[in-house]
Amino acid sequence: MADLAKSVAQMVPGETAVIAGFVSQELSNKLLEMGFLPGSVVKFNFKAPFGDPICVTISGYDITLRLEEAAMISILN
Amino acid sequence: MERLKIALAGKPNSGKSSLFNQLTGLKQKTGNFPGVTVDKKTGTTRLDENTMAEIIDLPGIYSLYPRSLDEKIVAEIFSDRRNNYFPNKVVLVADATNLQSSLLLLTQLIDLRLPVVLVLNMVDLAAKSGQSIDVIKLSINLDLPVVLVNARTGQGIEKLKKILIGHIPVSKQKIYPIDKEILPAVEGVRHHFKLESSYEAYQYLQQVENLTFLDKNDKVFIGKLANEHEFFPGKYQGAETIIRYQYIQDLLSKIVLKTADTEWKRLSYRIDKVLTHKVWGYLIFFGVLFLIFQAIFAWAQAPMDFIDSTFANLSNLLKDVFPRGPFFDLITQGIIPGIGGILIFVPQIAILFAFIAVLEETGYMSRVVFLMDKIMRKFGMSGKSVVPLISGWACAIPAIMATRTIENWKDRLITIFVTPLMSCSARLPVFAILVALIIPDDKLFGFFNYQGLVLMGLYALGFSAAIISAVVMKWIVKSNERSYLIMELPTYRMPKWSNVGHTIVSKTKTFVFEAGKIILAVSIVLWVLASYGPEKQMSQAETVIDKQIQNHLAAPDERENLLMAYRLEHSYAGIIGKAIEPAIAPLGYDWKIGIALITSFAAREVFVGTMATIYSVGNTEDQTTIKSRLKAEINPDTGGPRFTTATGLSLLVFYTFAMQCMSTLAVVKRETNGWKWPMIQLVYMTALAYFSALIVYQLFS
Repeated sequence: MADLAKSVAQMVPGETAVIAGFVSQELSNKLLEMGFLPGSVVKFNFKAPFGDPICVTISGYDITLRLEEAAMISILN
Repeated sequence: MERLKIALAGKPNSGKSSLFNQLTGLKQKTGNFPGVTVDKKTGTTRLDENTMAEIIDLPGIYSLYPRSLDEKIVAEIFSDRRNNYFPNKVVLVADATNLQSSLLLLTQLIDLRLPVVLVLNMVDLAAKSGQSIDVIKLSINLDLPVVLVNARTGQGIEKLKKILIGHIPVSKQKIYPIDKEILPAVEGVRHHFKLESSYEAYQYLQQVENLTFLDKNDKVFIGKLANEHEFFPGKYQGAETIIRYQYIQDLLSKIVLKTADTEWKRLSYRIDKVLTHKVWGYLIFFGVLFLIFQAIFAWAQAPMDFIDSTFANLSNLLKDVFPRGPFFDLITQGIIPGIGGILIFVPQIAILFAFIAVLEETGYMSRVVFLMDKIMRKFGMSGKSVVPLISGWACAIPAIMATRTIENWKDRLITIFVTPLMSCSARLPVFAILVALIIPDDKLFGFFNYQGLVLMGLYALGFSAAIISAVVMKWIVKSNERSYLIMELPTYRMPKWSNVGHTIVSKTKTFVFEAGKIILAVSIVLWVLASYGPEKQMSQAETVIDKQIQNHLAAPDERENLLMAYRLEHSYAGIIGKAIEPAIAPLGYDWKIGIALITSFAAREVFVGTMATIYSVGNTEDQTTIKSRLKAEINPDTGGPRFTTATGLSLLVFYTFAMQCMSTLAVVKRETNGWKWPMIQLVYMTALAYFSALIVYQLFS
């Protein structure tokens, strides 16, 4: 099933998904603190002109993060 | 009278600064926390007739676990009851439109058993969002007072003050149950250090490396306990955050009567469509930069001229009032011009920070970070490096201090390293006189002024050097620390002008006191070097000049100026200038320029004054006089003018690159905790300046 795993980095503008967990331990606490909680809904808003970083909405507020960080957050949708 | 210590804590963009400004008004101080490079913002407020409060505005954080330098201080203060800043009461400022992430820190403060008041700020926006919450229930559930505040208008402030006067009991809630496996170690630490709460002891274990108040023995003790229980800092942190959020979500489900909709953010999203657009976004950003640039140079001119002439007049006035003597000379020629040389930059720095404050207040600065991050990463920096680099156009000192928000050490170090290459305002007077001297006042295609183009070129040169140096640093500096960007994009808002005012005042103060004390000290030392020399030659000054006048080699009305020039030539500064002449001759400079290079170490603009003295211009206020005098100067070796295009360009390039600022070195030393980086910076920039100037001179001569 691993090949079906998707991350926030692969989302497209307007898409929503549920956070499943984190690919690695690194930074996971920072992401949790910022509200990326497993089970929460994340919405992909828009990306910066060069495709990176991106802006997503999580629990009602907008957060920017780089694709590298977004790739650590696995999602289900 | 009772004096309370009250700390303001909360996440970034929660309106903490607005609340701080509302509470303290103009009674604010900025400084540094002892031992750490974190801005300390304190102020006082009167709560009632008998109670004064000292308010500490702590850096905005999401949780006690720090990632940037700024953030470390919060854990440090809250987990050390002996700390000077340990508060009697804590105000947790929450963004009412985003309670969930605002409350995370609150749950930690409750576990630390601190007396906390919860302020729900930005209630106006919360109302706009259609959110409705049961405040009384929130207060009962958390077991602490809750106040609704609109820090922008001041609504709710009086109520907050009333609550702060009264007794605030510590909440009886226990939110995070520390893992059983580690509990014996926690209790061991708690017992050893006699701590109030287990969570405080738990913080000792989690943050043993961050807490500077723990000495070596303490750390060994904690490390041993941690080892025995197979604990390492960072363990359980994720679990802790999840448990805390579970508590918060549970709480919110009880107290939120109606959830917010995103309708109110629509305008903000629409603005974002334009401001982060791949074409418009950058065009607007560069437009903003151009406006800032224009403002720094055009609008600051009048107040700068005013400060300049005021200090010159003051100096002259005191010269007439005071009797002559070394002590009064020190005051009129060393100290007063020294202070003037600091204050002259205040208008430019104030204007720059006015812009930065407005851009930050509106939320645009976060978008600049967003837009520029990818580009800046290519150069070894981060989107957060943009503000320091822009600030560098005014002054490197506040700019380098602004790098504290950059979490990653390498990103931050590179930003600190290259910021002094951004042409600061002290270079401008030097550029102005040299450009006027060697570049014709003509227009290219009858439209672009050559002098203006060269000046712009120099700024571009400094900027390019910064970027290229950053790339080089990126390859040289090794770091295992991961660089990341995870940042909130706040909703756009109109700036609150009093906040802008407070930022201007605090940044300007920082410059005046941080840079000022060093500029003043260095200018006094340099004044001594330039006024004193070996007794034998200094005492002959009048005889020599009078002889020249008798022999009709000099005009009698020039006597004063000639005397000054003679004294400078034979002073210690003059001796050093002559000593370095062989080294700077390949760049096209003589010992006179050498003296000016040395005195520039106080502040670069001192160059102009020194040149005026050494060429015995006398009145340093008159730019045209200095210019024509410099133009007439003959190079005895060639018989041609001393300031040829080659020498002028060489000097311009030298001043663009050289690290001639003791204050910057001092700030870099403090921000990087040692002399290593400022020394590397000094050697690198001096070498860059020297060899670039050498190449330019050899090419053009």
